[in-house]
Amino acid sequence: MYVAVKGGEAAIEKAHRLLADRRRGERTVPALTPEQIVGQLSLAVDRVMAEGSLYDSELAAMAVRQARGDLIEAIFLLRAYRTTLARFGVSRPIDTAAMRIERRVSATYKDIPGGQLLGPTFDYTHRLIDPAMAEDLPVEEPARRPSSEETALRVTDILNSEGLIEPDARSESEPGDLTRDPVSFPAGRDLRLQALARGDEGFLLSLSYSTQRGYGRTHPFVGEVRIGLVDVEIDSPELGFAVKLGSIRVTECQMVSQFTGSAEEAPRFTRGYGLVFGQSERKAMAMSLVDRALRADEFDEQRLAPAQDEEFVLAHCDNVEATGFVEHLKLPHYVDFQAELDLLRQLRRESHPLQHEEETQEAAE
Amino acid sequence: MTLPAYNFAYLDEQTKRMIRRAILKAIAIPGYQVPFASREMPMPYGWGTGGVQVTASILGPDDVLKVIDQGADDTTNAVSIRAFFAKTAGVATTTRTAGATVIQTRHRIPETPLKAGQILVYQVPIPEPLRFLEPRETETRVMHGLEEYGLIQVKLYEDIARHGHIATTYAYPVKIEGRYVMDPSPIPKFDNPKMRNSPALQLFGAGREKRIYALPPFTEVVSLDFEDHPFSVQRFSQPCALCNATGVYLDEVVTDDRGGRMFVCSDTDHCETRQADGHRGPGLPQTQQEDAA
Amino acid sequence: MRADIFDGGFADPVFTSQAVFRAVMDASARPGTIADLGDVAQAPAPVPAATAAILLTLADFDTPVWFEGADSTAASQWLSFHTGAVTTPDAAAASFAVLEEGSDASTWSQFAQGTADYPDRSATLLLPLAGLEGGRSLTLSGPGIEGRAVIAPRGLPEDFIEVMQANRSCYPLGFDVVLVCGTQALALPRTVRIEV
Repeated sequence: MYVAVKGGEAAIEKAHRLLADRRRGERTVPALTPEQIVGQLSLAVDRVMAEGSLYDSELAAMAVRQARGDLIEAIFLLRAYRTTLARFGVSRPIDTAAMRIERRVSATYKDIPGGQLLGPTFDYTHRLIDPAMAEDLPVEEPARRPSSEETALRVTDILNSEGLIEPDARSESEPGDLTRDPVSFPAGRDLRLQALARGDEGFLLSLSYSTQRGYGRTHPFVGEVRIGLVDVEIDSPELGFAVKLGSIRVTECQMVSQFTGSAEEAPRFTRGYGLVFGQSERKAMAMSLVDRALRADEFDEQRLAPAQDEEFVLAHCDNVEATGFVEHLKLPHYVDFQAELDLLRQLRRESHPLQHEEETQEAAE
Repeated sequence: MTLPAYNFAYLDEQTKRMIRRAILKAIAIPGYQVPFASREMPMPYGWGTGGVQVTASILGPDDVLKVIDQGADDTTNAVSIRAFFAKTAGVATTTRTAGATVIQTRHRIPETPLKAGQILVYQVPIPEPLRFLEPRETETRVMHGLEEYGLIQVKLYEDIARHGHIATTYAYPVKIEGRYVMDPSPIPKFDNPKMRNSPALQLFGAGREKRIYALPPFTEVVSLDFEDHPFSVQRFSQPCALCNATGVYLDEVVTDDRGGRMFVCSDTDHCETRQADGHRGPGLPQTQQEDAA
Repeated sequence: MRADIFDGGFADPVFTSQAVFRAVMDASARPGTIADLGDVAQAPAPVPAATAAILLTLADFDTPVWFEGADSTAASQWLSFHTGAVTTPDAAAASFAVLEEGSDASTWSQFAQGTADYPDRSATLLLPLAGLEGGRSLTLSGPGIEGRAVIAPRGLPEDFIEVMQANRSCYPLGFDVVLVCGTQALALPRTVRIEV
């Protein structure tokens, strides 16, 4: 006799218990600490902070651990926490020209004031799995340049001084916030940049790659990529001046791209902009390429490619939304499926009545 | 670092206010999708975050909540959402349609007719009925504004030309009070007639798509159709194997690997209530008492 | 500032605002029914208790509020203290309009009625009356009403019926109205058809 499935609650409880077991792994091996994750998987933590849009390395590390290393799951955990936080104020715009630089490279000049600083990069490493990674061998202290508080001029400022590049976009209007107001299209560059900064690294990487292969080509050069610490300040109306809350590490990319000019404007370079929490060059570069591609209308470029399509990019770049909707397909859909089954049987009956009869007979046999 | 503490029904008061304002405008413009600043919820998008946000914004301590998925109270996601509200709001929960003040649903409308004072909250994946005809929000918004619904009629008519029927079996579009075309969420079209002139308030929440819409009680809801091809609902040739109900939506259950199958009520509460009242279907062992009844 | 500006808020904001919201939602979903919001909020005169409760429940820094009449300073300060909502002098920008008894209905076209793309971007008008019962009978029909409903509010502005009929004729554009008296509220969303 048929008995309807029962006991969803018990099943869920047991599944969660098993998950906790698998998360912990072999009990004789010491558990990971958030400190270890922050210190030794720092780029994973950076990605979770960037796409979770919450700068808190300890919470991000806990999320990475809780998610068993699934970074999109960790990003989701951080987002779901972030959304419950009260908002106490709005910081002043951070000043990346005053960044304490850890890495800074430009592809557009051989040398630049302040120098090219390679910093902690994978570039020029040979991708050979290092046997040392199987052990905990001593690691040399890094060589450091003599400490200098001097800041480095942005490459775009060099170009700007000659008028060769469009000036920094200035606006006195309050930037929008897509976490507080539903996006309506056209969204404007402020909301686009916010969406891209929170957007999925893989999605933006592939989109930006598509622009390099002719789907919305922008002729890009890396004006500059810089990584380092910037101060976060908040205006204090009581004190009458800005108060420093702390520093955050960010990666900024200024992509310089061609613009042939128009009837009204002389030819000059244009910008694509990327800014990401933590050290994430790939994401910042991808973001800057997509930002530039999305500005097609501003430069009277034909919008033909996916990367130039604001609705397409903004509606699909968020991995928490994307993973939810893709994965929800595993939830039961049997009521709708039943409706489709019914229709399909009916259509088959009507289109091939004879064949259908044979099939039914076969089934009956 | 302070460990998280959450408000009654999880959402903070500012978020609830924003959602409540959206609900009131949705009620004032039946069938129109009101944009709202949907929040990330502690369950994934696609799992009912829109419905959960609506429920969290309306729920009070005296409410009795029922949650169904596919018509069943015991499907894992229904269990999970019910547990979420029992934990974060401490509200009473029930599986009885008649005993609930708020019913959150995915993919079904209960068979037991709803009453005045009840609220049905739908989880909606894609709120835009025109989305699969026109992917752009900027375009569909204008189409709603101009009441330009020719495209959807053409789509339904193409079905008729190709198959001899309208081939939409669920999420079947409806027109509200002669104005807005609305997606009823992926309920089977079998349930469409229940939306019309219902004494209950019906609220629709789409979290990922950030839209809320509503049907006040006693609102005109018409399933789109054509004079020569009127709207019709699915009919099942046999009664429920467990409770003998007819005129209800049935799930097909595969019972063995030789093609054996049986049909049982999708609405588990309806089925159990009928069985408790002594109704027995052909799938149950027949008893003497049954014959006497 | 007057002391009454700091008083009159909800004693239990989470649960009171939920209860008030549900009452207002039910009233909006069933135009013609009178909801009693309870004696839960007091704003400085002349703002009725029901208006105060609705504002505490729904207004915040995202919703500009417009006050009719010269004597609204205290009410505006009260609102700002309790909800963070900003009072706007621009009627067209208001999410909520706090009207006076005997408001001139012919001026209501100044309030936001939404756009064809976004009809929800429209104002909600809170109109105080001498009473929600005991006046001339009006017949209502439309969504939320089974057949017809009869209301008999007292002290309606002169052009009220004509203005509401004109508002209905612009549907889906329009403003939504809540009639208030003491702690009671009666919602008239833009969908409602009013006949004498």
